[in-house]
Amino acid sequence: MADMKAQRDAYGEVLAELGRKYPNMFVLDADLTKSTKTVTFQKEFPERHINCGIAEGNMMAVAAGIATCGNIVFASSFAMFAAGRAYEQIRNSVCYAHNNVKIVATHAGLTVGEDGATHQCLEDIGLMRAIPGMVVLAPSDAGSTKAACRFAAEYDGPVYIRLGRLPLTRFNDEENYKFALGQADVLADGDFATVMFCGPFYDLAMQIREIFAKNNLNIRVVDVPCIKPMNKDVVKNAANETKVIVTIEDHNIYGGLGSAVAEVLAEEDIENRKSVELIRIGAQDIFGKSGAPKALLENYGFSATEIAKKIAETVCPGSSANLIF
Amino acid sequence: METKDFAKNMRKLIVEAIYNSGSGHPGGSLSCADIVAVLFNEEMNKSSERPNDPERDRFVMSKGHAAATLYSALALKGFFPAEEMKTFRKIDGRLEGHPDMKKIPGVDMTTGSLGQGISAACGMAVYGKRASKNYRVYAVMGDGELEEGQCWEAFMFAAHYKLDNLCVFIDFNGLQIDGEITKVMSPLPIPEKMKAFGFNVIEIDGHNLDEIRAALKNAKETKGMPTAVVCHTVKGKGVSFMENVASWHGTAPNKEQYEQAIKEIEANG
Repeated sequence: MADMKAQRDAYGEVLAELGRKYPNMFVLDADLTKSTKTVTFQKEFPERHINCGIAEGNMMAVAAGIATCGNIVFASSFAMFAAGRAYEQIRNSVCYAHNNVKIVATHAGLTVGEDGATHQCLEDIGLMRAIPGMVVLAPSDAGSTKAACRFAAEYDGPVYIRLGRLPLTRFNDEENYKFALGQADVLADGDFATVMFCGPFYDLAMQIREIFAKNNLNIRVVDVPCIKPMNKDVVKNAANETKVIVTIEDHNIYGGLGSAVAEVLAEEDIENRKSVELIRIGAQDIFGKSGAPKALLENYGFSATEIAKKIAETVCPGSSANLIF
Repeated sequence: METKDFAKNMRKLIVEAIYNSGSGHPGGSLSCADIVAVLFNEEMNKSSERPNDPERDRFVMSKGHAAATLYSALALKGFFPAEEMKTFRKIDGRLEGHPDMKKIPGVDMTTGSLGQGISAACGMAVYGKRASKNYRVYAVMGDGELEEGQCWEAFMFAAHYKLDNLCVFIDFNGLQIDGEITKVMSPLPIPEKMKAFGFNVIEIDGHNLDEIRAALKNAKETKGMPTAVVCHTVKGKGVSFMENVASWHGTAPNKEQYEQAIKEIEANG
């Protein structure tokens, strides 16, 4: 197994680091301090950590109130209850009022696993993306989680950061990787197809690339940790320089990364617009269910071989039978 | 200016603004006018020259539909010209239909969606405690607003964190859009519930300035718990034909009604 680390562990560490840097930073949680790892900050700065109990709506507006006094506020819960239950508090008290609140939502998506559908938030990117001015980030490993949080602390305004539960392969440097609005990283170049992912799919994207490498074809791999604002250039380049764009996200295909990419493809000036194809991998407008995360992902179509076949079929119908795996 | 006259001028500005815009919420704006008058004219440490002073007392109109009440007090205190009340709810103005902290000096929190303002007030108060600030936080809530579950989350929070720098006024006028609160969805008994949630509870006549003053004194002297002032009020107070009539919750007066209202406010004050 490669070097792995859970994003929330990185979150806990970076919160403490940021707490040392910003004396006006507060962290709020809703009875999940050990799961979201805000407990790390709580131990070091108990006077700046506030447990709001199981009351996420109140927590978000309390966060807004603390922010009105010139503070940076990080508020955490599971994605389902942060973006879902407290949507309107985020919309009105945080975003419309432009209060400096960072919502860091953990346990997003199918990869929550055994807790099942009620806890697997597959709509949060869509909900948050629809709010004017909200910055939406879905980092992809420990390094980008830390960079996203450092960016958020520096940025004046609301930010939503989506984290998963599982340990993930570390491919960004935890100290030196930097983050900017519109962050998108081309991890490997290629001209056959482009795989754009966010969240927990570095390994999957690389497996797809390896399959095509065996077939002497190059896949471009792009990590898109900033969903809003979207980096239009990487989408335009992918459309103009490769035949297929595949988006992979632990989210409904409606409202998330796939939708954001589709919007760029539909609206931007792209020479190759008519011939480029888009495949959206994600929950196909269905809810999740209980199961081990790995089995669930397989079940919901997050399989390197299945995605490779889809890419081959899209470029040339019938060609998937000739793929070497 | 005497607070009695301040309240009278507020009422005139409220009715005028709602009449000019052809929309707004006269009933609940008039019922909480005396409470807001005492706060802005006597109690709170607020200055129009330093609307963002970190040490200022905070005011949150949690029942954001009473925006005209807050705006009238701010206008009379010089946060913006009283003339600007004419732009209330108009497309080219900044006086949004519900209070907007980013547009209007003196507005400490954007409100309008019921239940959220009181949570934000709790946020201001808990920060005040943690940072050892001396400011106090005042919130005005509606009785119908208490039907929002979030209010009770906020009350739980306020008592848990012993926010004795928070004083909540509940404008108990007994009416909401669809009628009497006891018929639509009763939040009663309010004082008993607030006590059970850990508040120091005071019950007063919300139009009696001395009772409002006494409640504020009591709240400041109470340590270790937040204070709720349950204010018995009359919806539409000061305008005879609006008093205790639910349909004046969100209806603007016509010209005749407007002129009659101003006459009555001037006469009774």
